[in-house]
Amino acid sequence: MSTTITGDDFHGGHAHDHHDADHKPGFFARWFLSTNHKDIGTLYLIFAITAGVIGGAISGLMRMELREPGIQFLQTWAMWSDGPDATLDQAYHLWNVLITAHGLIMVFFMVMPAIIGGFGNWFVPIMIGAPDMAFPRMNNISFWLLIPAFLLLLGSTFVPGGTGNGAGTGWTVYAPLSTSGSQGPAVDLAILSLHIAGASSILGAVNFITTIFNMRAPGMTLHKMPLFVWSVLVTAFLLLLALPVLAAAITMLLTDRNFGTVFYDAAGGGDPELYQHLFWFFGHPEVYIMILPGFGIVSQIISTFSRKPVFGYLGMAYAMVAIGVVGFVVWAHHMFTTGMTVNVKMYFTAATMVIAVPTGVKIFSWIATMWGGSLSFKTPMVWSMGFIFMFTVGGVTGVVLANGGVDDNMHDTYYVVAHFHYVLSLGAVFSLFAGFYYWFPKMFGKMYSEFLGQLHFWIFFIGVNMLFFPMHFLGLSGMPRRIPDYPQAYAYWNGIATHGYEIMAVGVLVFFVNIIYSLAFGKKAEGNPWGEGATTLEWTLSSPPPYHQFETLPVID
Amino acid sequence: MNIAKSVVFAGLLAIGATGAIAQAPAAGEAPAAAAPANEAAPAAASPAAASNAAAPVAAAAAPAESPKVAAPAQLKPIATIGQPQAKEMGFQEQVTANGRYALWFHNSILLPLCIIMSLFVLGLLLYVIVRFRRSANPVPSKVSHNTLIEVIWTLGPVLILVGIAIPSIDLLAKQFKPAPKDALTVKVTGYQWYWGYEYPDNGIAEYVSNILPPEKAIANGEPGLLGVDHRLVLPVGRPIKLIATGSDVIHSFSVPALWVKIDAVPGRLNERNFTIEKPGVYYGQCSELCGARHGFMPISIEALPPAQFAQWVASQGGSMTKPAAEAAPATAAAN
Repeated sequence: MSTTITGDDFHGGHAHDHHDADHKPGFFARWFLSTNHKDIGTLYLIFAITAGVIGGAISGLMRMELREPGIQFLQTWAMWSDGPDATLDQAYHLWNVLITAHGLIMVFFMVMPAIIGGFGNWFVPIMIGAPDMAFPRMNNISFWLLIPAFLLLLGSTFVPGGTGNGAGTGWTVYAPLSTSGSQGPAVDLAILSLHIAGASSILGAVNFITTIFNMRAPGMTLHKMPLFVWSVLVTAFLLLLALPVLAAAITMLLTDRNFGTVFYDAAGGGDPELYQHLFWFFGHPEVYIMILPGFGIVSQIISTFSRKPVFGYLGMAYAMVAIGVVGFVVWAHHMFTTGMTVNVKMYFTAATMVIAVPTGVKIFSWIATMWGGSLSFKTPMVWSMGFIFMFTVGGVTGVVLANGGVDDNMHDTYYVVAHFHYVLSLGAVFSLFAGFYYWFPKMFGKMYSEFLGQLHFWIFFIGVNMLFFPMHFLGLSGMPRRIPDYPQAYAYWNGIATHGYEIMAVGVLVFFVNIIYSLAFGKKAEGNPWGEGATTLEWTLSSPPPYHQFETLPVID
Repeated sequence: MNIAKSVVFAGLLAIGATGAIAQAPAAGEAPAAAAPANEAAPAAASPAAASNAAAPVAAAAAPAESPKVAAPAQLKPIATIGQPQAKEMGFQEQVTANGRYALWFHNSILLPLCIIMSLFVLGLLLYVIVRFRRSANPVPSKVSHNTLIEVIWTLGPVLILVGIAIPSIDLLAKQFKPAPKDALTVKVTGYQWYWGYEYPDNGIAEYVSNILPPEKAIANGEPGLLGVDHRLVLPVGRPIKLIATGSDVIHSFSVPALWVKIDAVPGRLNERNFTIEKPGVYYGQCSELCGARHGFMPISIEALPPAQFAQWVASQGGSMTKPAAEAAPATAAAN
């Protein structure tokens, strides 16, 4: 793709300059009233990193408590949240609050804002040759809705939620634990938080769909779009179709809790399982919402550092479409033990396994992209290759869990925890780090430290594998999820997992050192630091790009 | 074409199996509702037990009525069966036919496939890293399509998945085989945070099973956090129809050594059938988040040979012949 960039400055007469002559608003207007997709993208990234630190710290608390059998710390922590005379039950409730907060924060306030809000905002308009998103002000409100949503969720931990303070329902918020089982305002606040975060995501999805369909530069046909743009397009449709269902489900939770309706109350003619069906009709597409943009990022990076176009481009694009479509008809594999009939279990077993086919196409196509390429192992590439392997491991355990009859022994055990952390914590998060290093020079105009980047990868890679791989064994052996204490037999692998967390935490520290070091002392980045393999439009611009890019649209042949 | 044939074959197989099976776990089924009404409550009446369960230790009261027959001595668990093992990397030993089938399916088909696929991808990655690194291959090829290979890596996984689906569907069909007429019905009710067990066929009203304090369990020779005060006692070799429901929130009755996990949902009666093959004590834990003490409502099944089971039933004031409540299952057939 070749481009022409001419520099007409929109904001008055001065000549176009790629570096700093482009007119930027003052600090407050720029960061608080922002309508610029790149600034909003940066805000999203800052938000996601902040939330990620909080969510990661919570998982640190959980691994501390789980390091050995018995209750070591919970009671002390409960005194901070429930007062000096906190009971043991309140300590146990605090545990449920921690798992709930970790799940919700990582899903709604870390992965989604980073991968869609952050990288999507930054690079979708640039990659399709558009000057900005279709609805810049809506983009602004999408971001700013997240702040009250996050504050509501954090605030919920300080108000009563049943046995103790905070919402202890799990991120799935199953009724009736979340209705009659949780007295007090904490769960209401958490539900409102999800409502607002959901509204934010729906607005974002509308914006992306409109932008991608209407604002592509001349010659940028759908079948020429970079795969990252494809991935965000599919993701936006998933968001648009799935989130309203979540909104409906949790609205009914609210009315059941506060206005005496009985949607999920069997005693009044409702059904608790209705909530689970609605939740997972959203929840399963949600996991693809978190991973599809990661697929897109990895596709760009593999192609760039192999100096080859993506192998089987159309297959790759339509594999994502297929995953998105099939992802809507497999939800009840999260509910295999709820007492569904055998026909339903057979259907969901078979349908779930179908997803392995397009996913396999993607894995093999990435390898085929590298095949015959001229590979350089820069930090983003190393993260992407780690992603491919770890996602494969998480994928094959997904095929195991897809079997309804086998799942009877694995459902709600640590095997499931291992599985979804392999596809999310080692999948989505690896793709986030890959994308962050890949686009760091573009976004901030400075090169990151290659040494620290590689060091970060290896420490993190060893840490997360040590953290999550033993969980397979714990799950097979029967250890249930979401328990603060466990029988002695599970001590060995739990201890190893906690040491894995410690190693991973060191890796995260290296990441922050790298950011600070690179922003302060990093070499100035060229427009295209990656060489001939980087063919998408963002590499035709300066680093960082001008405040308003493509005021004359590039033409793609 | 071969591929098409096997796909169709598997599809027919699935449909056939589906059609042949009665839909066992039904929401409308209500035999358990007909509890013997004339029995002088042999154990603590359940509503009362439900309300006084605040402290699990306190609820360890013995059955109120002094039984005519002495209960058989409590079975000591075997340390290697029915409970997790230290450093264990696989499933617990299975003591039901379906459990062993599922275990075989996992260990002989799914697990090897997982390992092979993961190592295959890892091998390809390592090969690519070595063979196509920039210093070894400075000029990249421009190949970006190969229809044959794309068809292969689409159809290959399809075939593998069809191969997995056959035993998988078969396993489901076996698990959902309706219980025979002579099956023993047990009703399990999940409460925050303990279990209630009832034997409607034997006239044993619901009794409550609470966690033992870990020190006490260990002193008993049981694993800490898994021992309970009153176990669920079941016969060996006789089909068991377990019916689970929840009284407050959703719980899940799970026993890894039996390959059984079934949610106890308020307003629903979920059914699971199994036959225990070996006497022993089999432990499990609640497997659906149910509030503060979710991690502290273990399950302990004591599987006894038929004679000892009969003795236990008698000791609880129950009988081995079905009481008049027989009429109730008729409603189940309507489903």
